[in-house]
Amino acid sequence: MTADTMLTPTPGGATTAPAKARRWSWPVILLLVAAGLVGFAAVRVLTGADDITSSGAIRAALAAAVPIGLAGLGGLWAERAGVINIGLEGMMILGTWGGAWGALTFGVWGGILVGALAGALGGLLHALATVTFNVDHIVSGVAINILAFGLARFLSSLTFANMQGGGDTQSPNVQSLPTISVPGVSALDGLERRHWFVLSDITGVLRGLMTNVSVLTLIALALVPITYYVLWRTAFGLRLRSCGENPHAAETLGVNVYRYKYYAVVVSGALAGLGGAFLSMVASSIYRESQTAGRGFIGLATMIFGNWRPGGLAAGALLFGYTDALQLRRGSESVHALLLLISAVLLAVGIWQLVRGRRVAGAVSIGLAALVAVWYFTTDAIPVEFVQATPYVTTLVVLALASQRLRPPAADGQPYRRGDS
Amino acid sequence: MKRWDLRRAIPVVLAPLGALLLAAAVSSIALMISGKDPFAAFSAMFDYAFGPNSGKDVTTEILNKATAYYLAALAVAIGFRMGLFNIGVDGQSRLATLAAGALGAASFLSFMPGFLKIVLIVLVAMAVGAAWAGVAALLKVYRGVSEVISTIMLNFIGGAIFAYLLTTDRLGVKAPGGEIVSTPILPSDSWLNGFVLFPGTSNRVFDFIFVAIAMGIAYWFLLGRTRFGFDLRASGMNPSAAVASGVNAKRMVITTMLLSGGVAGLVALPEVLGRDHAVTTSVPALGFTGIAIALLGRNSPIGIALASLLWAFLDVSNLPLDLLDIPKEIVTIMQGVTVLAVVVAYELAARISRRQQQRRVGVATGEAAIMTLEIPAEIAAKPGVKAVSAEEGSDSSEPSSTPDGPGRHREERA
Repeated sequence: MTADTMLTPTPGGATTAPAKARRWSWPVILLLVAAGLVGFAAVRVLTGADDITSSGAIRAALAAAVPIGLAGLGGLWAERAGVINIGLEGMMILGTWGGAWGALTFGVWGGILVGALAGALGGLLHALATVTFNVDHIVSGVAINILAFGLARFLSSLTFANMQGGGDTQSPNVQSLPTISVPGVSALDGLERRHWFVLSDITGVLRGLMTNVSVLTLIALALVPITYYVLWRTAFGLRLRSCGENPHAAETLGVNVYRYKYYAVVVSGALAGLGGAFLSMVASSIYRESQTAGRGFIGLATMIFGNWRPGGLAAGALLFGYTDALQLRRGSESVHALLLLISAVLLAVGIWQLVRGRRVAGAVSIGLAALVAVWYFTTDAIPVEFVQATPYVTTLVVLALASQRLRPPAADGQPYRRGDS
Repeated sequence: MKRWDLRRAIPVVLAPLGALLLAAAVSSIALMISGKDPFAAFSAMFDYAFGPNSGKDVTTEILNKATAYYLAALAVAIGFRMGLFNIGVDGQSRLATLAAGALGAASFLSFMPGFLKIVLIVLVAMAVGAAWAGVAALLKVYRGVSEVISTIMLNFIGGAIFAYLLTTDRLGVKAPGGEIVSTPILPSDSWLNGFVLFPGTSNRVFDFIFVAIAMGIAYWFLLGRTRFGFDLRASGMNPSAAVASGVNAKRMVITTMLLSGGVAGLVALPEVLGRDHAVTTSVPALGFTGIAIALLGRNSPIGIALASLLWAFLDVSNLPLDLLDIPKEIVTIMQGVTVLAVVVAYELAARISRRQQQRRVGVATGEAAIMTLEIPAEIAAKPGVKAVSAEEGSDSSEPSSTPDGPGRHREERA
């Protein structure tokens, strides 16, 4: 975008500083997870908001995280190759139709395939426009969103309208995918119902994660490490990422930049389509118009939240999925209870900053903690509309506060023509 | 330079026409695949919009819809001219409309005469729209956040605030006997009743169409005839040159976003002041429509007007398709294809004209090079050498390679 170049005094000035990646070791991660669990358990016991660690909420959170995460992975693939994909939403819409239609026509596995294919076709169109014709990436994405909405509607009025129980805007019931449970975990039901401190919370989380998990959820979970492996541990991935960092340098080393961008954007579309198929096949077992409800954009947000890395992206998707899931389970009370946890975390961070000698940061954190605590004690519930807005507010806050630490691919969104350097 | 260079004018006209034809072709094929007659569909749409039966009513509605579309597209176009993407027209117009509508209906302002109140409503809407866009501008200028992402996020946040405020506990009231929540009805002296354009119909054209026209003229004047507009366009075309010539980039981004948001605040007012007289939950979401129309109209005030009329025609006249058992979503497909095709067409047209320009430059520099280079007498004496070498030079599409084209050629000859 042209206006960006005006604001950066030296070209690429923000990106030349080497990003110092802090490595999280396993003990630290496990300790954080344990501390989180204890924190959640304490809040649950103190406030009586049993839903924040119930197996139902965790299962719903996982189910809500999957489409968001798949869309985010789609965004990751495209942007790592330097193509901004605002059309994720449209590709997801195509996936919802493809999933439902494929499942009704060829059975459930056909649904997964057709959903991914439909999304990939959207990706192909985006690649054609942005890579071959050098159309602005945002413009093409917007056009694809408009087109996909109309196309899905058109196709569903051609296909579902003639089926028993279907109509112009929704499909008949889709046969559900097989689910998998780890044997023995469901026997822990009794323990969860006791509402014991920590123990019941652990069983709740375990039951949520290990019982009645859809196969597509497992596929989606597996796609996160697969994406990491392919993009960061193979020659293919190195070449693909080099197209997003410096396509002209890649070109001089013999990488066919056009082809890699095509690969990336088509995979991106397929992942978004898979996310759409999850919505129509697993999350609601029916295709409905406007089912995606902006999840493609939340996917984009998780990608930014995760700093264009698969791990952070998955964490972001889980976080946004969790807030999404809590909404449906006495959302205003549950999220209200979490305010207490946020306040405690802010307080701890503030004290830690003070100990390390950072007075200003510490004071700000403690002040925020006090504000959140006041909010908690003076109200009984958070309006459900604000709960819905959590992912978007979080993304804006992360972008505003941590934009120096974020490192998008250097040539993200820039037009590229062969031999044009 | 000639103001109306034919070589420049042709792609401007041909590209949208070609895109429209392609869109019509694609949707015709889609219709034929599904076993419907495309000609029946198109003629039904034309008949409905302009035919003797319903034409007067429907044309009025097209004009009314186009008014809102025009404002939305104008808001987007202001940003586009300096390379800014305001995707947040939705959120801006939603919050602006709610604030303006609620204030207009507030009882503590009941002393105010209707005309002043309309002015107040318009100003408040512009201010709130600008403020919401200003959030994205500040984030961009001071925190380096891309306005594409921030405006998308602000759309959703604005939607949540809108939904929170428009409930019966806060700004909303429920109409007696109904379920629809809206702001209180505006006092009748601040309604804009519109006028009848075609005799013989009771449908009225919104008065706001004049505001839209005025905005179009203001847009043309501001961008084409003022120092600010020149700076804005310069920033869009060549940011580094603009900064070098003393344009304050930060102030430029903020001002442009504020202007864009201000116009975006007006988008839903034609319907609120002219028809609904209250703000309901169904404020139209025209952000993406505005982007599409601005692209189709190529950011020119007249082009946008034509594009919004076309868009409104497509949106309004698809109603009779249901009677023919044709999915009316074919229109949305047509709109999507049009946008995609038109941007590709502009890109191709730009490429072709660039190549032609390079060819002209190549011919000119080729001749100059031949004249300045010391050409061995026996080669220069051969008839046709000069002409051939000039042609060779022009075949290369790269401007940097054209000057040495004739020289290389000369070596081969020698």
